[in-house]
Amino acid sequence: MSTLDSKIPEGPIAEKWTNHKNNIRLVNPANKRSIDVIVVGTGLAGGSAAATLAELGYNVKAFCYQDSPRRAHSIAAQGGINAAKNYQGDGDSTYRLFYDTVKGGDYRSREANVYRLAEVSTNIIDQCVAQGVPFARDYGGLLDNRSFGGVQVSRTFYAKGQTGQQLLLGAYSAMSRQIGKGKITMYNRHEMMDLVMVDGKARGIIARNLVTGEIERHSAHAVVVGSGGYGNVFFLSTNAMGSNVSAGWKIHKKGAYFANPCFTQIHPTCIPQHGDQQSKLTLMSESLRNDGRIWVPAKKEDAEAIRAGKLKPTDLKEEDRDYYLERRYPSFGNLVPRDVASRAAKERCDEGFGVGTNETGEAVYLDFSSAIMRYGQEEANVKGLHNASDKEIKELGTKVVEAKYGNLFQMYEKITADNPYETPMKIYPAVHYTMGGVWVDYNLMTTIPGCYAIGEANFSDHGANRLGASALMQGLADGYFVLPYTIGDYLADDIRTGEISTDSKEFEEAEKSVKEQVDFFVNNKGKHSVDYFHKLLGKIMWNKVGMARNEKGLKEAIAEIKELREQFWKEVSVPGSADGINQELEKAGRVADFLELGELFARDALERNESCGGHFREEYKTEEGEALRDDKNFTYVAAWEYTGEPSKAKLHKEELKYENIELKTRSYK
Amino acid sequence: MSKQLFSGSIGRKFAMALSALFLIIFLLQHFTINFTSVLSEETFNELSHFMGTNPIIQFVMQPILMFGVAFHFIMGFILEIKNRNSRAIKYAKNNGAANSSWMSRNMIWSGLFILFFLGFHFYDFWIPEMNYKYIEMKPEDPNRYYDEVVHMFASPGRVIVYCLSFVFLALHLMHGFQSAFQSMGARHDKYTPAIQKIGRAYAILIPVGFIFIAVFHYVNSL
Amino acid sequence: MSATEGLNLTLKVWRQKNDKEQGKMETYQVSDISPDSSFLEMMDILNEQLIAEDNEPVAFDHDCREGICGSCSMYINGEAHGPGREITTCQLHMREFKDGETIFIEPWRAKAFPVIKDLVVDRSAFDRVMNAGGFISVNTSGNTQDANAIPIDKHDADKAFDAATCIGCGACVASCKNASAMLFVSAKVSQLSLLPQGKVEAKERVQNMVKQMDEEGFGNCSNTGACEVECPKGISLENIARMNREYLKSGIS
Repeated sequence: MSTLDSKIPEGPIAEKWTNHKNNIRLVNPANKRSIDVIVVGTGLAGGSAAATLAELGYNVKAFCYQDSPRRAHSIAAQGGINAAKNYQGDGDSTYRLFYDTVKGGDYRSREANVYRLAEVSTNIIDQCVAQGVPFARDYGGLLDNRSFGGVQVSRTFYAKGQTGQQLLLGAYSAMSRQIGKGKITMYNRHEMMDLVMVDGKARGIIARNLVTGEIERHSAHAVVVGSGGYGNVFFLSTNAMGSNVSAGWKIHKKGAYFANPCFTQIHPTCIPQHGDQQSKLTLMSESLRNDGRIWVPAKKEDAEAIRAGKLKPTDLKEEDRDYYLERRYPSFGNLVPRDVASRAAKERCDEGFGVGTNETGEAVYLDFSSAIMRYGQEEANVKGLHNASDKEIKELGTKVVEAKYGNLFQMYEKITADNPYETPMKIYPAVHYTMGGVWVDYNLMTTIPGCYAIGEANFSDHGANRLGASALMQGLADGYFVLPYTIGDYLADDIRTGEISTDSKEFEEAEKSVKEQVDFFVNNKGKHSVDYFHKLLGKIMWNKVGMARNEKGLKEAIAEIKELREQFWKEVSVPGSADGINQELEKAGRVADFLELGELFARDALERNESCGGHFREEYKTEEGEALRDDKNFTYVAAWEYTGEPSKAKLHKEELKYENIELKTRSYK
Repeated sequence: MSKQLFSGSIGRKFAMALSALFLIIFLLQHFTINFTSVLSEETFNELSHFMGTNPIIQFVMQPILMFGVAFHFIMGFILEIKNRNSRAIKYAKNNGAANSSWMSRNMIWSGLFILFFLGFHFYDFWIPEMNYKYIEMKPEDPNRYYDEVVHMFASPGRVIVYCLSFVFLALHLMHGFQSAFQSMGARHDKYTPAIQKIGRAYAILIPVGFIFIAVFHYVNSL
Repeated sequence: MSATEGLNLTLKVWRQKNDKEQGKMETYQVSDISPDSSFLEMMDILNEQLIAEDNEPVAFDHDCREGICGSCSMYINGEAHGPGREITTCQLHMREFKDGETIFIEPWRAKAFPVIKDLVVDRSAFDRVMNAGGFISVNTSGNTQDANAIPIDKHDADKAFDAATCIGCGACVASCKNASAMLFVSAKVSQLSLLPQGKVEAKERVQNMVKQMDEEGFGNCSNTGACEVECPKGISLENIARMNREYLKSGIS
């Protein structure tokens, strides 16, 4: 296991990052001009990394499959971004953010990384404000904060329900500035098809121009993968339709270890599935849980009547409602972490209390009526209306709720045609974020020299569960403040290398295998579309590798996915040709990789005989049904080495040492 | 910098707006004088005589006005051609009414109609006037103006053409008035609603006023 | 969530092989579409149908399917993003249509947005306008001043936010009779000129962005207001006025 050196710097945790920065090698500005770096993906991590690397002086080639870097899926993040600014004076600190993140991650993340994340979080806010990101402000003109699940301070900065969009546009504008200067060459509508390694180092990629269909060779001294998460392995998720694992999976197949694939976050507040024709699930920001109360009917017969459309939720009296999160977790209530909230919803629906009128019957209520009345009363007091009627109070409160969540409510109404001011929203958990990903060391380098993974694409700082508003923080921390430093340490060896030629046999071979795959797809006259296989894969994943897993199901899943993959390679049909836009061809390549990842995912879940964070094994739970961790045997990162067949991957363990935080059972009661 | 001020899309729109505002002011002045013909023959003759003989009006203001009119039309055509070229292939189905007013989408047509009217109007009033004064060099009769007007509007065909033209002028102004302010960046939460109201009032009252004058003289001639 | 019967629809869709060949409208039938489906889910069904018949599916841009990435770009029944206000195509639901209806589906039409296949257009002109000046020239070192060092009037911060919500979809260009990009460009100019951080280089920014906008071949604004109505994010014409102001100011100062 010599390759699994996480390279954590020596010294006390609070000084590790500073010491490391002081001691790593640098590349002088003149030499940076002769070094090329490829960045795949232009979301918060990739975009911010590309911009910063270009500013430092490297020649950056950035790739995205979308028609513009501004469309990366980071844009869809709603709620906010955490930072230990302690502007609210409520006791926040770097240490507390660090602690909350490690605890929220159910003690399966690397202490040193998380501390560094907490440390640079404050710079992110400063940086973004300087870039013109319009965060929410109070009447004094200062930045406003809100609170998020799993923590007891208000440290989340936000821009209404569009924080991800605003941060991404900030990074995109920083990129635009460098593209204008010619320091970044932007390759829109390009997809990375493979990694090219020369002498054991990452030296370039093969990319497909999605407009012309051309297979292109691109060389560089280092390759950075910031291509996001792999939630779409479930087919239905809150990820963008194009989100895929391919870049990460290609480097995995070339030697990068893939860590903790089974750590996947199922977000509790999504709009429930409406039927079989659905292609995509929509998330409602977790910030809604600040004011919304989650409940199901206390009596089964009421739930049945609601499902049958005979009873309306507003007809149910207070005592007939079960606010199950408040009941089970009195101290955190509706603000328990995501994994806990999701499982609790599933538990209620499995018991027959679900209120979904859709085919699946799965949904719980997220109710704002008491928040509306509470805010309304406050407003009435402020306005001096002491005898306000309930109707007036409701009107006042509706206005307050509208100001806070208006765009989310509107979005809900557009999709469901229900008015959430009048009737509670219906929500159900959906796949949202993947904590697992490509294994990286403290420098964010994978097990392939010169190949880096950042943002959601790496196995990250979130352990087994990510807290709300931490993904944006990690993406930007990696891209703006961590990678640009640590990559210099590696590139310092390349100042005399000169331009990497693409005329080598390594490029030729990689290109050839990509072309073969493309040719196979367009010539294989199968009988099923790509989506047919993707949907079947999604069903297996959701039913057997979803919110609750068990040994039997996982073993079945591994066998079924393998079978499905074989069928895919025989029967997939991709119409059209390879020389031009062919969206089915793009999907085929991505689904081929999902069909391999899914198997490894199940294998990882099978291997981890404990329940922690987003990974819940039915065999390992307390009597009350809470997750039961096994710190003695599983306080490690499972890093998988590709050996030719996903389920036969070789396991490497990175033991996690907790020197600053005591391992405890996570309790939100 | 000032070269850039009038070049480029925003510069051209600014120039368009400036000429529009100038024409709006001119129109108000034109209307005011014409309206006196309804109230008092004497005042109308006095004012017309002044306008027709004052050298500053004749040799400074009149050319400026000509330039303003020509500029507004030519610039309008240039912009229209550029704009048409910006969309080579048209939509098979386009529902413009869903998002914008007919007036705003058809400024070129209302403008063209007004241009034809102006041609007619020049032929009708301005060329005889120029002929009278500067070619045939007839002696000035300060009392001839009212009679000329009354004579002109005795013809029902002419009155119909005039009335129809003023309808198009109203449509043009309905969009153009507030649009000129928007083009110059004059927009404010507090004042813009007022500008829009004034614009609508102007776009209706002035053309209706002109129509009234024409009809008034026609009815009197019966 | 209504449980109405499925819809049967006639679709007239623009098909074009690539940017060189000419395209034409083709007619397709789809049946039993759930009114709860989104418009793009209906397109998915059409495509599955086409693949099953061994025909090439209709290419269209789409990604997040929740109205924020700005990828989807269809001109539906004569309107950008179809009927309905403040929505993108992916947020349009089939309950807006009647059984038996004929739906026209066309790509954005503008010289600056050439069609590259079927309903997919090239919107890189927007990126180039951004590259010309849609940023604040601050390095991403993180060593800027504290985020709270400059208080920003809430009113200005809110207006900057409203302008910043632009998703760059191009509906403004598509619905403008002149294919003008003023709403898009002005949203960015406004956002940055309203914030103290962006005021420093406001003059150069507006000139460079407008220059690039003109070079891309977008038309002139004639204040019809169609862009504001069709904008999925409800971005106000106020931004265009502000940009005009900023531009004229930069010309005389």
